[in-house]
Amino acid sequence: MSQDEEMSSANNLPAEQDHGDGELAVKGDNPFADPGLPPHEHRRTDIDEKAANRAERQVAFLFLISMLATIGFIVSYYAIPKSQIVYIFLLGRVSALNFSLGLTLGVALFCIGAGAVQWARTLMSDVETPQERHPIEADKETREFVFEEFKAGAKDSAFGRRKLIRTTMFGALALVPLAGVVLLRDLGPLPGKKLMETNWAAGKRIINHNTGEPLKPSDIQVGSLTFAYPEGLSEEDEQFQEKIAKDALMLIRMRPEDIKDKTELDWSYEGIVAYSKICTHVGCPISLYEQQTHHVLCPCHQSTFDLSDGAKVIFGPAGHPLPQLKIHVGDDGFLAASQGFQEPVGPSYWERP
Amino acid sequence: MKAADWADGRLGIYGLAKSNLRKIFPDHWSFMLGEICLYSFIIIILTGVYLTLFFQPSMAETVYHGSYTPLNGIPMSEAYKSTLDISFDVRGGLLIRQIHHWAALVFIAGMFVHMFRVFFTGAFRKPREINWLFGFLLLVLGFFDGFLGYSLPDDLLSGTGVRFMEGAVLSTPVIGTYLVMFLYGGEFPGNDIIPRFFTIHVLLIPGIMLGLLAAHLILVFYHKHTQYAGPGRSEKNVVGMPLMPVYMAKAGGFFFLVFGVIAAISAIATINPIWQMGPYRPDQVSTGAQPDWYMGFAEGLIRAMPGWEIRFAGHTLVLGVFIPLALFGLILVVLALYPFVESWVTGDKREHHILDRPRNAPVRTAFGAAWITLYLVCMLGGGNDIVATHFHLSINDVTWFVRIAFFVLPVVVFIVVKRWCMGLQRKDKALALHGRESGNMVKLPHGEFTEAHIPLEPEQLYPLVSYDQQVPLKLPPAVDENGVKRKVSLNTKMRARMSAYYFGEKSQIPKPTVEEYKEIASGHGGHH
Repeated sequence: MSQDEEMSSANNLPAEQDHGDGELAVKGDNPFADPGLPPHEHRRTDIDEKAANRAERQVAFLFLISMLATIGFIVSYYAIPKSQIVYIFLLGRVSALNFSLGLTLGVALFCIGAGAVQWARTLMSDVETPQERHPIEADKETREFVFEEFKAGAKDSAFGRRKLIRTTMFGALALVPLAGVVLLRDLGPLPGKKLMETNWAAGKRIINHNTGEPLKPSDIQVGSLTFAYPEGLSEEDEQFQEKIAKDALMLIRMRPEDIKDKTELDWSYEGIVAYSKICTHVGCPISLYEQQTHHVLCPCHQSTFDLSDGAKVIFGPAGHPLPQLKIHVGDDGFLAASQGFQEPVGPSYWERP
Repeated sequence: MKAADWADGRLGIYGLAKSNLRKIFPDHWSFMLGEICLYSFIIIILTGVYLTLFFQPSMAETVYHGSYTPLNGIPMSEAYKSTLDISFDVRGGLLIRQIHHWAALVFIAGMFVHMFRVFFTGAFRKPREINWLFGFLLLVLGFFDGFLGYSLPDDLLSGTGVRFMEGAVLSTPVIGTYLVMFLYGGEFPGNDIIPRFFTIHVLLIPGIMLGLLAAHLILVFYHKHTQYAGPGRSEKNVVGMPLMPVYMAKAGGFFFLVFGVIAAISAIATINPIWQMGPYRPDQVSTGAQPDWYMGFAEGLIRAMPGWEIRFAGHTLVLGVFIPLALFGLILVVLALYPFVESWVTGDKREHHILDRPRNAPVRTAFGAAWITLYLVCMLGGGNDIVATHFHLSINDVTWFVRIAFFVLPVVVFIVVKRWCMGLQRKDKALALHGRESGNMVKLPHGEFTEAHIPLEPEQLYPLVSYDQQVPLKLPPAVDENGVKRKVSLNTKMRARMSAYYFGEKSQIPKPTVEEYKEIASGHGGHH
């Protein structure tokens, strides 16, 4: 006998309660004995025919209201124009059709339910009766019988004896799902270098997100946040969503002496710095900017980056700074990228160096 | 009659009806909670099928020219456009969308509350552990299907959720990028994710859920329903009213009540007004973005987690995202496993059909309360920006509160609830032994004033004294009868320890005994 068996046979479990099986226990000796099911208390509707008739009328009334509400639903559907807006107290301006359809449907359904429940509560018997439970487990005989049958079946199959059949069958069953696995291969391409690259490259001009025009240094004021994308990217582009998901850029302007990070200063132009707009946490576009401190905040999970200090994470769940884009002004006087991003933009992943 | 005979000749329905037509179900308000889930699930299926008649699960780009003028001429996906059409150009379409979404929220809220009822009353004990697991799977699948469902319209808010999912999956060590490429069919967002979500949302997950639901209900019938302790109720019977007609009317009627209430809510309370968000673009976002409430705790985990990243040998381990992802699963799995932990501790192999009062299982109740606390702390963290802006607090302070409360509050709640349960046990014991207060002051012969107590009626007394109370497992003596030292396995020692914690004197008040009762009743045991 193992220790565990010994312990479970130990006397730690309480004795089965004397629940009395719903029969009246003999009173007297044991004050804690089951007094048995209390006698049924009659409801008004059980003894007073008038009350019962009244309940019947209540139920019928509820069903009647439901019918009216359904008619109301159908009338609303045809009568109310779909563009009509009404003012409803406390709700404000809402679609008249939605309001009317919803309420009539709600009433139509609710009254069927209320009628049925009222019917059950007042007119159907509420006498509580016991029903016996039977143990779920089979008795010993059945158990033995099943095991015998199983053994007989197993012996018949010669499964244990004919090892060759067994081994090859397992082999076949193990291999065949591979067909399904292989089929999943074309769900998507392999990652390759896709997540490492953006469309930014040396000389690409920086296009203002709002105007669609190339940005000049004078367009960017101290204290403003400007969103941008690379030259050549168009909303008509079939891949626009995938591209903008990585290329989105934000520019701010500070006084050069406020820039604390050496590389940041080198990669800036007259205090203008360009950073990836895609949060390094899980990829939300960053959109909140605090002018005084030059902090930007991602509105999704509140990662906060200090744009005056290499976009270091100063709060929140992001794991590394926003990638900076090195910029300069070209011969044409427009801002342009001096090189592509030197690290992958967006959320981190295993292959990220 | 003829039709029934015809069916019986082919399906054998009489055998089934014999045991089930007048099957007894016990009556208690808390047994309705599971019904709410069942009915809202049916409502979701009905409205969902209607929505598929109009929804276009496509990310192909189109330009909007529908009734909602503010978005006129805006490029958007077919998915977003068809959702606008359902909302503005299909009569009643908005109502069905709203019912579908509201019913989903009610469904998941219902499952939570139903699960807590089952948990705190110990209804998960043998023979119902498997049904607990079925229910658990329904909850988790409900989470995911809800998330997939609200991602389908491809609006700015839901697209942000889909982007979040990309970041979360990317954080998976070694295979993250591969998973993302296979899931999205290339780089985010690609053109595949909405159609793929659609198939999973309307076919794969609901199909599995339907199967689980059927199994869940069959087991409820097979096991017969649990019941609360009371006069005439035992482990060997079930006391209540018959399925036909009482529960057919009550439960059938309840379906209409639930449906009616959800329809009325959908008429007066707008949910997910996708037209206000605009179409999704990866470079745009709205502030105050929140997932549906049940995903709030996952959101809280991700927001409160510090941004840990480990770099080595040209690789990055994104713990700041992956740990919350793993915790999300872990916190849920704890729920699934609890019944098996408890049965290991108790070593109880008997069937249980009489429900526990939560106070009579203090450690279990305290554990459940601690779990709920953890869940709520995380949920609060998921709305840290909302909390900060509404109560004029610093977002950093709110986040730090969540980080600390995550570890501290569940422990505090555990201790408080356990003591609270024991206090209630003491109160029950006093009530059982001394009776209730009468409000009459009595002057005793020697001048002392005391309040007379009235003994409880047997039917009031019985439920207070008829519960099972376990005593802790005892390790066998260190040496056996032959004087040989016993080897006690670590497993056994652990069980004994846990058992002592569960059922020792620090976790429960000894039940009143007949002897105590008689002694007090005869007046020798004090005069209260």
